[in-house]
Amino acid sequence: MKKTPPRLAPVLESLPPKQIQLLERRLFLKHSLSLGALALLTGCDVTDADAVQKVLWAMSKWNDRAQALLFNPGKLAPTYPESRIAKPFPFNAYYGEDEVIEVDPGSYKLALSGLIRDKKPWTLAELYALPQVSQVTRHVCVEGWSAIGKWTGVPFRLFLERVGADLTAKYVGFTCADDYYTSIDMATALHPQTQLTFKFADRTLPAKYGFPMKLRMPTKLGFKNPKHIAEIFVTNQFPGGYWEDQGYNWFSGS
Amino acid sequence: MDPISVAAPPPTIHPLVVRICHWVNVVAIFIMVFSGWRIYDASPLFPFHFPPDLTLGGWLAGALQWHFAAMWLLVANGLVYVLYGIVSGHYRRSFFPLAWGAILHEFANVLHGRVSHRLGVYNPLQKAAYLAVIVLGVALVLSGLSIWKPVQLQELAALMGGYEGARRVHFFAMAGVVGFVVVHVVMVMLVPRTLAPMFTGHAPRGE
Repeated sequence: MKKTPPRLAPVLESLPPKQIQLLERRLFLKHSLSLGALALLTGCDVTDADAVQKVLWAMSKWNDRAQALLFNPGKLAPTYPESRIAKPFPFNAYYGEDEVIEVDPGSYKLALSGLIRDKKPWTLAELYALPQVSQVTRHVCVEGWSAIGKWTGVPFRLFLERVGADLTAKYVGFTCADDYYTSIDMATALHPQTQLTFKFADRTLPAKYGFPMKLRMPTKLGFKNPKHIAEIFVTNQFPGGYWEDQGYNWFSGS
Repeated sequence: MDPISVAAPPPTIHPLVVRICHWVNVVAIFIMVFSGWRIYDASPLFPFHFPPDLTLGGWLAGALQWHFAAMWLLVANGLVYVLYGIVSGHYRRSFFPLAWGAILHEFANVLHGRVSHRLGVYNPLQKAAYLAVIVLGVALVLSGLSIWKPVQLQELAALMGGYEGARRVHFFAMAGVVGFVVVHVVMVMLVPRTLAPMFTGHAPRGE
């Protein structure tokens, strides 16, 4: 059965290029099942592509639950000597390195919302005054490559306790200054190596690695580590994420 | 009617469990290999990539969805097959005894164009190949688990040479399995009467 192509053209002109790219990718995803190995080797079309998509999404949700069960909140990621830090450390985002945003440190304030008792915004000076720790761990990208880096910042658990976050809530969500957004499970948020990071390789986090701060989690794939964090919220409603809403597995734990 | 005179049913050469596991495995391996090639292409380990038309999933996220859905099918089916093979004595009867000398002798025969094949009985080279592909399958699953969970299963990952080592083990085990499948399918095309028993379980009459 042929599907009428969605009428996109009038809408497209009013969208920024990033959004168009996204829409194209979604359309491509819808048609991807009739392409490639399946069609080539079997000579047949997966006519009920939507049903297949539903099964794959359901399996991804199942994998979220399986990974939450596999997650040991006390298990630490391996650490490495500083000599193994990747130089240069790879840049990765949903845009190019020349499009990295510059956040003004003077006017920056970290916003808090949701199930948090003290929602007072935090200035950088206040954040930098919190006790900090360092870790040399492996960053694993969903694409397959990995790189070892050194990150310094406040243990996220300490910060969540300090602001009176509801630690029994299900999710912690992040919205970022570069329009990225993602969310994690509370168990991972409270993991001893989950860190609100201000420094990379002993220097103030450069813009390309997420100035003024990122969330560093050696127990999750790279795309789950938000950069340029503008707001942190605690919730029981599933918040999704930029890549997750397009089909990448939400839990994506290591 | 004298029951003795009734023709005995042809002997079973592939037990039902083995036949079911074989065809489920075909589906699982198909999905794992072609989605795996797409995942490989996102960050190639070696200076080549797989043609996108020969991959499954359309893009990285789609390929990952296929891969992490079919892994359950592959592992569940593999467990049933290996447990059955050990407990029923299927492996012991079909694959053993096996001696290095016999494998090399059979390999020399093949090089000279002499392929021996009796339905239901594996020659030493076949025994070695079927055992090897089981070992490769185990290596694929263990290295895959190490890539999926390099923190939670870090002890396993360490056996594979860590996360990056596990990626290489996974790749070469895949290459071994694909090599096996190619030879396996070519052999079936050369000796087509071996195909039907993998569906029916029995040798065709007159064998």
